[in-house]
This record gives sequence, structure tokens and C-alpha cells, in this order.
Amino acid sequence: MNVPENLRYAESHEWILVEGDTGTVGITDHAQAELTDIVFAEPPAVGKKVSAGEVAAVVESVKAASDIYSPVSGEVIERNPALDQYPALLNTDPFGAGWIYKIRIANPAELGALKDPAAYRSQIG
Amino acid sequence: MRTPLYSEHIAAGGRMVDFAGWEMPVQYSGILAEHKAVREEAGVFDISHMGEFLVSGPESETWLDLLLTNRVAALPVGQAHYSLLLNERGGVIDDLIVYRNGAAEFLLVVNASMIDEDAAWMKSQLAVGVDFKNVSGDFAALAVQGPDSAGVFEKLFNRPMPITRNRVIELGLPRAFVLTTGYTGETGFEWIVPVSGAVAAWRSALAAGAKPCGLGARDTLRLEMGYPLNGSELSPDRTPLEAGLGFFVDLEKQKFIGKSALIDQKAGGVPTRLVALKVVEKSPPIRPHYPVWVNGEAVTETTSGALSPSLGCGIAMAYLPAAFAKPGQEVEIEVRGRKFRACVHKKPFYHKKA
Repeated sequence: MNVPENLRYAESHEWILVEGDTGTVGITDHAQAELTDIVFAEPPAVGKKVSAGEVAAVVESVKAASDIYSPVSGEVIERNPALDQYPALLNTDPFGAGWIYKIRIANPAELGALKDPAAYRSQIG
Repeated sequence: MRTPLYSEHIAAGGRMVDFAGWEMPVQYSGILAEHKAVREEAGVFDISHMGEFLVSGPESETWLDLLLTNRVAALPVGQAHYSLLLNERGGVIDDLIVYRNGAAEFLLVVNASMIDEDAAWMKSQLAVGVDFKNVSGDFAALAVQGPDSAGVFEKLFNRPMPITRNRVIELGLPRAFVLTTGYTGETGFEWIVPVSGAVAAWRSALAAGAKPCGLGARDTLRLEMGYPLNGSELSPDRTPLEAGLGFFVDLEKQKFIGKSALIDQKAGGVPTRLVALKVVEKSPPIRPHYPVWVNGEAVTETTSGALSPSLGCGIAMAYLPAAFAKPGQEVEIEVRGRKFRACVHKKPFYHKKA
């Protein structure tokens, strides 16, 4: 499984790319493989305020709907519009074109609670 | 429980889930790819978890006509039909296929989740001159489905596949049966083989070009056809008249268990009807137990639902009050607090490609 070095990871299988006070959030390669064919994605609305660990988005495979938890608290500043038409980007490019939303990070200290790539790699075995 | 093909599923990358106490593959490569394989080529499903009963004896025809809704006396040797096992209230215990192997011998194929209950019910009704055997443990079964299944059939059996549905062919010893039936809306056949021959049968079907398919695709395929699933659409509290299965109920038969309840319900007016619902705007996949609204009121919930892989829109089934159960009726289906417009659609949702 691909676990890029430049990201932080939540135990619930989301990743965050931190650039200044902005975070880009998606789900990991491991998560998409477990979920299988993703046929629908519901990224959060721009302006929505979320707390760390709170449900921010929903992705649905053929068989099940899964909640996506925000790795950090903040305000949603962008949602990935491509997912409306191409939810399968979550399967084919989970760390790239399949990103879900961008968030203005309210409390950078929360990043410390996330896993580094090595810790996440050992979590998923 | 595991079918004789458990190791084959693991070897083929099957993702195993619990289904009615059985460890079954929900998918191998992916539900969408498997669904497409059945619609466009050929897929093979392990249906060994389903139950098989052998009913024989001089009174077997009469006895089955007392227990089942369809008319067994009208079923020719070498053919099969769909039928229902009802309780006294006219509610559905199970839906099943009856195959007539001989003048006084029948093979019944029943749902995996209902084997014990069906067998107990049938044994409790047993009559003189009828031999009832639950042979579920003796047989494995495969369903080969899709437009290319005739080619698979020819490779396997060195003869052309019968063009008509519901044909039964009995194959040598040990006893095995091939039936041109299925649950996907595509042409195809079901192959009931002794457990000892299961692995060889599975491998030969794959070698003949059928792609392994799991229960996930089986569910989306049957839903696109509007076929009911026992436990979802069918239950002891719903009659076949409510489920839209009146075609398989012969009310002209002198008697069968549940008949008087059905006559009463028909006379009083069938209160609810199972309908197919097609979402007419972009929506998340519809799932079971989502609320269905009519004229601003939540009147029922979905029994099954999906994002149709073939049609790309939300589809579902639900029991609606009879007044609303007509094609074109507008409804709304609620998903996570948001309502999506849908309408009652004539079954099936999907029409086979010519």
C-alpha cells in the first residue's frame, strides 16, 4: 500500500497535507482498497466548521456508506468538485485528484496527535 | 459455514462476508466490474449455500400443490417454475424454484437463509405417499449468467444450451442438474452438482470463460430487474399479492395453504403494493430502510436500494399504499435528512440488450 512521506494520517484512514495554515484532506490508499468501488462522494460545503474527529464527508461504495472524519478542526475553504461527477477518483488517485476538501487549520497543535507515515504503515500492517 | 468452494474463492481473491451464516464472497475484482461482466459477457456465482429438497412419491404432485402457490400439476417433466411457500395468513415463508425431474419427482431450490425453516414447515405438513429429503448438504451449485453463457454451456456440456428458460437437464451419475434459470435477468443456467464435483465444476466454468462474481453483483443485478429477495421484499407479513407476485399464485387451484387469506385480501382490496422506485435526480445510492415520502408525509421505507450500475441512477423497492402504487407516482426518498425526487417505475428497471 502506498503511504506517502509528506502526509500525516488519522487512525480512521484520512490523510492531511499541510501547507501553511491550509490542510488538504483525503482518504488513504488502504481505505479506498477496503471500501472498494466508490460510487458517490459528498464533500463538505465551503464555510462549514468542523472539529477534529467530527464527520466531515461521506463516501459510498456499492455496498455501504462510510463517514469521513476531519483530522483537524477548522473551516472548510474548498471542496473537490470533480468528485461530484467522478467519485471513482477516490479509488484511482486517493492522494491526488481524489482529495476531498481543504480546511483552514484552526489549531495546528492538533497535528501532533496524527500519525507519521511510519506509524500509519504499522497500523495497517 | 463454508461451501465446498471456499478455498477457490480465497484463491480468486474473494472478499468474504457473512450471509445467512455462510462465509460467502461479496466480490472478487469489484462489484461494478462483476456486474458489467454479467450484463455483457458471462459471470459465475457460487450458490452452493442455497438449499435443495427432493420430493418424490405417488402423492408428491398433489402434496406440492397443497403447499405451493403455483400449479405443480401443470408443470411438464423437464421444466421448472417459480413458486411461493405461504403460511396460513398468506404471508411468504419462502420463494423457490420447483423443477420437475419426473412424473413423481421434484427438486426444490430454496433460499439459504430459509433451509431449516422451510424443511421444518414442509415436514410438519408431510402426507402419506410423499418422500421429502433435504439434500442441501449433498449438492453444490453454480449460476452462470450473461449473454456469453451459452458459449460456456457448450464448452462444459458439448451441446447447445436450450434457448428457452426454465428447462431442466439431468446429467448422468452421480446426479447433477442443469437448469436454464437465474436471478440476474440475463440468459444463463444453474448447475447443481454433487459436493464432490464442486471444485472441478467451478474451475471448468472459469476455464470456459465465466468470470467469478460475488453476492454484491448478484444483489445489484437482481435489483435492476425488480426481483424480490426474501428477508428484504418478502416476509411472513407480506402476501404475494402485495409483492406483485400474483402471476405465480393460482387462485383457481382447489386449495393451497394461505389461499383463503389471499381470497379475503383480494376481496377487501390489497392494502399495499411493492413498487420499483427510480430516482429522477442525482442522488447518493439508495439503501434499505430509507424513508419514502408522498405528498409531504413519510409513508413507508425502502426494502432494497442501490445506485444502479447499468443505469447510473438511484433505484429502490418499497411497499407503498395501494393508492400511490402506480407508474409515474411521484415520491421522495430521504437520504441523511435530504429528500430526492423519485417516481414509481414499471419493472424491470433494466432491459436486456437485444
